[in-house]
Amino acid sequence: MDFSLTPEQEAFRERVRAWLEQNIPRDWVRRATGASEVPRPEAYQLLREWQRTLYDAGFIGLTWPKEYGGQGLTFMEETIVQQEMAFRKAPPILNILGVGMAGPTIVAYGTEEQKQRYPAKILSCEEIWCQGYSEPNAGSDLASLQTRAVKDGDHWVINGQKVWTSLAHISDWMMLLARTDPEAPRHKGITYFLLDMTLPGVTVKPLRQITGDAEFNEVFFDNVRVHEAQVLGGVNNGWQVGLTTLMYERLALGFGLQVRLRIALDGLVEMARHVEKGGRPTTKDPVLRQKIAQLWIETESLKYTGARAVTKLLRGELPGPEASAGKMVWVDVHQRIQELAMEIQGPYAQLVAGSDRAVENGVWQYSFLRSRANSIEGGTTEIQKNIIGERVLGLPKG
Amino acid sequence: MDFGFNEEQELLRSTARKFLENECSSEFVRKRMAEPGGVTDEFWGKVAEQGWLGLVFGEEFGGSGLGFVDLTVLMEEMGRAVMPGPFVSTVLLGGLTIHEAGSAAQRKEWLPKIAAGQAKSTLAWTEPSGRWDAAGVTTTAKPVAGRWAISGTKLFVPDAHLADVLVVVARTAESKNSEEGIGLFLVTKGTPGLEVKLLPTMDQTRKLCEVTFNDVRVAADAVLGKAGGGWSPLARVVERATVALCAEMCGGAQRVLDMTVDYAKIRVAFGRPIGSYQGVKHRAADMLVEVENARSLTYYAAWAVDESVPEAALAASMAKAYCSDAFRRVSAAGIQLHGGIGFTWEHDLHLYFKRAKSSEFTFGDATYHRERVAQLISL
Repeated sequence: MDFSLTPEQEAFRERVRAWLEQNIPRDWVRRATGASEVPRPEAYQLLREWQRTLYDAGFIGLTWPKEYGGQGLTFMEETIVQQEMAFRKAPPILNILGVGMAGPTIVAYGTEEQKQRYPAKILSCEEIWCQGYSEPNAGSDLASLQTRAVKDGDHWVINGQKVWTSLAHISDWMMLLARTDPEAPRHKGITYFLLDMTLPGVTVKPLRQITGDAEFNEVFFDNVRVHEAQVLGGVNNGWQVGLTTLMYERLALGFGLQVRLRIALDGLVEMARHVEKGGRPTTKDPVLRQKIAQLWIETESLKYTGARAVTKLLRGELPGPEASAGKMVWVDVHQRIQELAMEIQGPYAQLVAGSDRAVENGVWQYSFLRSRANSIEGGTTEIQKNIIGERVLGLPKG
Repeated sequence: MDFGFNEEQELLRSTARKFLENECSSEFVRKRMAEPGGVTDEFWGKVAEQGWLGLVFGEEFGGSGLGFVDLTVLMEEMGRAVMPGPFVSTVLLGGLTIHEAGSAAQRKEWLPKIAAGQAKSTLAWTEPSGRWDAAGVTTTAKPVAGRWAISGTKLFVPDAHLADVLVVVARTAESKNSEEGIGLFLVTKGTPGLEVKLLPTMDQTRKLCEVTFNDVRVAADAVLGKAGGGWSPLARVVERATVALCAEMCGGAQRVLDMTVDYAKIRVAFGRPIGSYQGVKHRAADMLVEVENARSLTYYAAWAVDESVPEAALAASMAKAYCSDAFRRVSAAGIQLHGGIGFTWEHDLHLYFKRAKSSEFTFGDATYHRERVAQLISL
């Protein structure tokens, strides 16, 4: 057991650190409070440019193969970059679904042509991706999805609807799951498509959320003709391919989020120092101290649990039970950080952006509301517990 | 970075598990619970033969000079078996304090005997106030005619009734800074004025005593290190012992999870194994999360104390805060998911539930350690 870095890794860290100091947009540093990790519309342009800068410097897609735009490095370098970015409060990745899910899945299942075509543009943020999984009647029970694709010559004709599709309104491409064989058992008749969002018949309707923003959408498909070359991983093999995507989501995307949780926590502590309760800073209130310390401990624990999983990957093993729970633990801790932010603000918690009395311009009110989605998106906490119960603990299915 | 155990450590784990399965069955544990001794000479001798009693002592003292990451593996296995006996008191408290603060002669006198299983020891630290800070030390040690005279009452002293030598924490001088003027003294069994009373405890695998010092006289050379400078080595010892205890708690919690999952797979209600119901499955998933988080924090703390990194104290407090809550909740959930059988004396769950309770309050509970975390992160 050793937490120290080799001289090469230490040098890499220094390089990342120096680069970040030079390159994190000044605008962002001024604005960042750590309250939110979700890209909001006013930041889209800055975040596109940020991701491009990261790509040009080779600090994104660390573990992806070089020939497809990555750096061909290990999870160790990935971890170092994630940690340094969190420590420096670097902006989040806008094309997170592309980088966290679409890219790795294409690298794993794509034809050579597909691997040449998509991953590099995902990393550079030239093309933004969204995930077309959930439907009005298929959420947690994803395999019941009804969007269908019917073969017509060398094209597939898509009809149906997706919903809760984050970033669809700015996406160029979608990871689309559609039913290609309605007769087959429900897991066996699904195909994974790489869908061009500009095709005729694709309609995106933003959905307004409890935050008031509209960062996710309904997407309608009306006789959308997709070329058969856009199938990923074979016809009727979409369930398998989709599961791979989810695995990457849990590992890569999850680990990044867990490391970045520290940004929110630091922001919370900073905010707490400046808010008074009963005539003293809230950080001096014994009850709030207990709550902040508890969240600090759990945030650190996520980091170490992540390190255990990364160690397994570096040793060429599969992550064990410790990794499976990462997403739901992150959710739980993040939601509690947001709730505690409200508790610390007391009556001021009621004031939102637009009021000059709102604490830190109301950013925490936004992120508090946004955090309710965390336990639903990317697999609900209830589904995560089923997965842990069944796949890790070996309990029987219901 | 490599945050995992190496081959030797995995070997230590499997050897320890096998040894404890053979020598420390629940039947054995229950017999020891019912006796004041809490351990048999035969068992203690075998534990010594395994090399466990000197694991973290230097080779010159009959130990193997291993670290706390190695010890973590062992403690997890001891926790899994709810191993009774004075391991924590003898090795991690008395022994480690002598190792940390003692002179060459003092170490030479006691550590080889402890490592060989021929002497037991403990640390007489906490008092009726139940405080874990330096201000809680009110027992006094005064120089009288070239000797030390110790007076006061110590409470919650583990295994004092078995100890051949007690390390006593006593105040040698009043000072504004309560961490100054604290001394560590060796008091051997049978010294006049030393009174040891065994206390009935909820966790019968852990024996606690009240120890009274009625003007106990010890020689000038019975002090460990400098007479007024005992707090700093004591704090280092307790930090380490705390991490080791956390590892033991992780092992116990994991065992409860294992028992519960096994039971949920075979116990049928309404025609299905209860583990197929989400009410049970989700609680089991919650248990797993708590066990794994507890492990992550403990492993990190073990590495941190081994390497003496600056945040070792923080790491130890984070681990103890989390483990205290986690073991309590996991063992309670284990009882709940077993239903009535889990509430019986016959089932082993109560051994873990009670061990969780005694461990929770050893070296400070979660609330105490969260406040320490708050201080250490400059809140």
